[in-house]
Amino acid sequence: MYASLAAVLFQVGEAASAGGQEAAESGAHFEPFLPGLIVLLPLLGFVLNGVLALRHATRSAEAVRAGGELDLDEGGRPLTHTLPSLIGPGVLLLAFVITSVNFARMLGAHLEEPVVVTYWTWMATGTFSVDAALQLDQLSMVMMMIVTGVGFLIHVFSVGYMKDDPGYPRYFAYLNLFIFFMLVLVMGASYPLMFVGWEGVGLCSYLLIGFWFSDREKSDAGKKAFIVNRIGDLGFLVAMFYLFTTFGTLDFVPIFAGAEEAFAYGGALVTTITLFFFLGAAGKSAQMPLYVWLPDAMAGPTPVSALIHAATMVTAGVYLVARSSVLFALAPVASATVAGVGVLTALFAATIALKQNDIKKVLAYSTVSQLGYMFVGVGVGAYSAGIFHLMTHAFFKALLFLGAGAVIHSMHVAYHSTHSHEDGQDMRNMGGLRKHMPITCATMWIATLAIAGIWPFAGFFSKDEIIWQTAAFGGAANAPYPALYTVFWLIALAAAMLTAFYMTRMMVMTFHGENRTGDQEEKALHEAPAVMWAPLAVLAVLAVVGGWVNVSEHLRDSILGLGPLTSGWLHEWLHPITEQAQLIQDLNLGVLAESAPIVGGGEVVWAVLSGAAAIAVVLVSFRYVGGQKIVPAAEDVEPIGFAKVLYNKWYVDELYDRIIVQPILALSRFCWNVIDVGIIDGIVNGVGFAARGVGFVVSMFQTGTLNTYAFILTVGVLIILGVSIF
Amino acid sequence: MELDFSRQLHFFWALLPEIILCTFGMVVLVAGVSGKYKDADKAPSGDPSFGTTADLGWLSLIGVLIAAGANGWLYGVKEVGQDSMIALDHFRLFANWIFLLAAALTILISFAYVYRQRLQAGEFFALILFATAGAMFMAGARDLIVIFLGLEVMSIAVYALTAFNRRDRKSAEAGLKYFLLGAFATGFFLYGIALTYGATGSTNVAVIATSVSSGAATAGLLTIAIALLVIGFSFKVSAVPFHMWTPDVYEGAPAPVTAFMSATVKAAAFIAFARVFLVAFNDSYTTWFPILWWLAAITMVSANLIALVQTNVKRMLAYSSIAHGGYLLLALTAANPTATAGMLFYLLVYTLMNIGAFAIVISVAHQAEERQYIDDYTGFGWTNPALGVFLTIFLLSLAGFPGTGGFMGKIYLLQGAAESELWWLMVILVLTTVASYWYYLRVAWLMWMKNPTSDGQHDLVITPFPMRLALVVCVGLIVYTGIFPGAALEFARASVQGLGAFGGGIVGLAP
Repeated sequence: MYASLAAVLFQVGEAASAGGQEAAESGAHFEPFLPGLIVLLPLLGFVLNGVLALRHATRSAEAVRAGGELDLDEGGRPLTHTLPSLIGPGVLLLAFVITSVNFARMLGAHLEEPVVVTYWTWMATGTFSVDAALQLDQLSMVMMMIVTGVGFLIHVFSVGYMKDDPGYPRYFAYLNLFIFFMLVLVMGASYPLMFVGWEGVGLCSYLLIGFWFSDREKSDAGKKAFIVNRIGDLGFLVAMFYLFTTFGTLDFVPIFAGAEEAFAYGGALVTTITLFFFLGAAGKSAQMPLYVWLPDAMAGPTPVSALIHAATMVTAGVYLVARSSVLFALAPVASATVAGVGVLTALFAATIALKQNDIKKVLAYSTVSQLGYMFVGVGVGAYSAGIFHLMTHAFFKALLFLGAGAVIHSMHVAYHSTHSHEDGQDMRNMGGLRKHMPITCATMWIATLAIAGIWPFAGFFSKDEIIWQTAAFGGAANAPYPALYTVFWLIALAAAMLTAFYMTRMMVMTFHGENRTGDQEEKALHEAPAVMWAPLAVLAVLAVVGGWVNVSEHLRDSILGLGPLTSGWLHEWLHPITEQAQLIQDLNLGVLAESAPIVGGGEVVWAVLSGAAAIAVVLVSFRYVGGQKIVPAAEDVEPIGFAKVLYNKWYVDELYDRIIVQPILALSRFCWNVIDVGIIDGIVNGVGFAARGVGFVVSMFQTGTLNTYAFILTVGVLIILGVSIF
Repeated sequence: MELDFSRQLHFFWALLPEIILCTFGMVVLVAGVSGKYKDADKAPSGDPSFGTTADLGWLSLIGVLIAAGANGWLYGVKEVGQDSMIALDHFRLFANWIFLLAAALTILISFAYVYRQRLQAGEFFALILFATAGAMFMAGARDLIVIFLGLEVMSIAVYALTAFNRRDRKSAEAGLKYFLLGAFATGFFLYGIALTYGATGSTNVAVIATSVSSGAATAGLLTIAIALLVIGFSFKVSAVPFHMWTPDVYEGAPAPVTAFMSATVKAAAFIAFARVFLVAFNDSYTTWFPILWWLAAITMVSANLIALVQTNVKRMLAYSSIAHGGYLLLALTAANPTATAGMLFYLLVYTLMNIGAFAIVISVAHQAEERQYIDDYTGFGWTNPALGVFLTIFLLSLAGFPGTGGFMGKIYLLQGAAESELWWLMVILVLTTVASYWYYLRVAWLMWMKNPTSDGQHDLVITPFPMRLALVVCVGLIVYTGIFPGAALEFARASVQGLGAFGGGIVGLAP
């Protein structure tokens, strides 16, 4: 909505200022409008909802203690439902409005330097200090619009989706807290502040994945997400300390200004720093080999998957790389790693998605795969293309998840009506839902066409730009490893075709063919209420027009463009951010290629080809999957052969368990047994207390406890003495 | 005011906070065996917060506050002349703030425990005051003999406190274990002092420093002396492998004593450790650097690993405190002003978060030693929201989550280590911190992510007014130091100025 609005605004502005360029440059000055409030509003929402949640919990505990049954509706309804429903989405709406005001103001101004709003000195040690400061520039603005805008829509959807959940106020408290940290992440003016947000969103993700904590599997999924993310955070921290020792500061502005002076192009230090940053990004954005937590994270409520595990948090890694574009541009090896990991993840996750039957699992692997594309974009120096795909993906993937949420909601009601224990998320139990849920079906088809890369939907423009930039980068005059990038390009093309296939498969299994839910259950299937389908509709519009804000000139001039409706706005908008990285790249790599490797052909040709191929794949797979006989989950048989490998996700979880988790646990137990309980029994619980006085002492020595302690102490003494003397 | 230590009377002024504490200790002790307080432990009466036994607690608290006043007054005092055996520098005064804070918080969280367990209130609070005075002697000592005196004053008081609950077998066992092993370790410490004297001809820290830097000290003897002193201190800071006593003693001691011990004993030992090694043995940095490097590494790794599998909360917190000792050893190994200031800051935050966490453990344990297993925290957050939120903040701070003082403390330690280029230790610290998230958050997880296992599981959880006061202070300061750490750190930095030459500026050593 606002993206296209922005495009229109931009064009109007362009027309208006065609003659008054100078006036705009001298006169328009960007004045931030209450930026602190954007961050504080969600925090306020968290506090208010948190108080309501705690009040609700204590009251229900009292009710249970008093012997009564906990009745959600009795007396508490206005406080446990109406108020959170107003506060939760309300603060987001306000934050979105304030962000939009800032956005409009920034559009009016020609901002060359980021605006940093400082509040207080957060940490200071001697010469080094970090301020609690927010940075407003074109990049943070795009992210803020996505976080508050899409966030608001998902909050609204949640009002309907979580309606009957006993933890309703708690849910909104967590969701608001998440938005707070996410905004700190994208608005922080320094790496430490970004890290605060980075950790915070991880914590909220952990809380929300395990939201339905009754279930052990779900709480384990939360822990897994947390631990894997911490491994990534290690990379972030180490990179930060390297930067600190190099620059003596961790603020974005001075670091990027001094980067070219401090680092040699392709030097070891900058490569190390960026690789560590990428480790952090890979953890947060679920790239190989740290992607394993994201599919498990689907245990959380579906709107959470839409917000955190599709639209916002998981894209933080892409944001980190785009934010540090200057550093990555100086480190071609690290950039190649980013692109390589990205493209492999895109392919690998897409193959797994081919054989999943859980609708959310398909979308989860699809997200991992699409995040891979974003990393390819930022890895080949096309930072604005990466952010562009981040934006369009936020639209269509949020839409897909919310649509899946509507389907699951409907399926649960259906199974609940007959007390069946069938899996409401398994697509083998769906089929033919189109009749019952027409709006959900239509909007999800729009998103599917968008993600499959079909013209003129959003994903066509963003994914195509990334794929094309990969080819162009590899063909640059002084490209470091041209052959490698050719491989990347081919893999990216192949993964795009897989995307079109598994998405069509998902749609067909869910919405088309015969219904497999069960005769009784089918009657209970229903379309989602307005509070749920309205956000779907808004996102569907965005999934169509969201791609029109960044159409390259080549495409616009050709038949593919939508004429006056499209523009290259986003690229221009992000220019002040990517300019420095672009200059470094131009200087060292020379001109990018105009035609694709091996077979030739320009950008327009390949756009037409890949678009046509995607259409073909969608049509063929629609017929192919539609023609297959699908049986309900209960009657289905285990797949065999290669399909079984894909079905079991290449056995990566099992592998990690075997080579990482089990050894650590074994080591921990070993340490405990050897140092603690094996030879000694800790507190002996009065066993040695048989006699008092001297007898007690003797008996303690006899149990061996003290002897052993003293013995180990002596061994330590001998080692230290030995080491220091020799 | 200027103090000239050639006049004996001036020692009185220099030791005013310690003297005030000891005086109050004796008054409380005498009051505890007279009049209406005499039989208070047999049949407790009145309100736990303001009743009979509580009077003695409040009296002790007044003593701590007056001692704090005296400590503030010492900022206006200057010493003149030679380095005497009592230091008047800001390093000591900062350390005193930590000890006094720990003492005040411990007293506040003990009221209901002492009342419900029918402990001898007079002796209990007096011993807390004596132990605090001992810790303050250690921080203020510029002479190995005075350090030893302070160490023994503190230790003997803590041994007695550990075994204080004579109705509890575990308490008695823990006290005896602590005492026997402590005596064993003290032997090494004393032997280290003797050899230092033999090598340098003095026990004064400043004189030793001159002797070491001028090369007058007997090298071989000095090396062994340093090793023995490392061992003595390592026992008190419970560095692995000298940590064996810690889990047993922390588990067995009365919970308020465990809280006190984990903060004060560790802090006092680290302060004295820093003064002896950064000042007296500064020029032997290359000798003790590798020992401390390995101690820090082993302590961080093994303590965090073992904590992963604990099921008893007090034991888990014991291993956690050993792990934090490892982080602090990293600061000593770095031996530069930033790291030392970071150490002071960390000790302050650690005191707050650890005593805070123990306060809630005491509450959950019904002001006794009852519900100590991690499973007993199931659903605790939803039955006692305020306590649940507080404990979550303490745990997040212990784990080093941004926005809490614990995070800032770790950042400063890492920064100090970065200045000395101790890259490997930094990586170990960060990695072990990752592991520590697991066991800290497991408790938070159970608190918030599960429903109580039975009705009325937490009915007996009471938090009297003094404990609530302590909790609010702890949480407030932890959040404050997390969001506005500037002032506290600036204070810590100013406090380490003039302490020593700090490792001679040697960086990038490998062990």
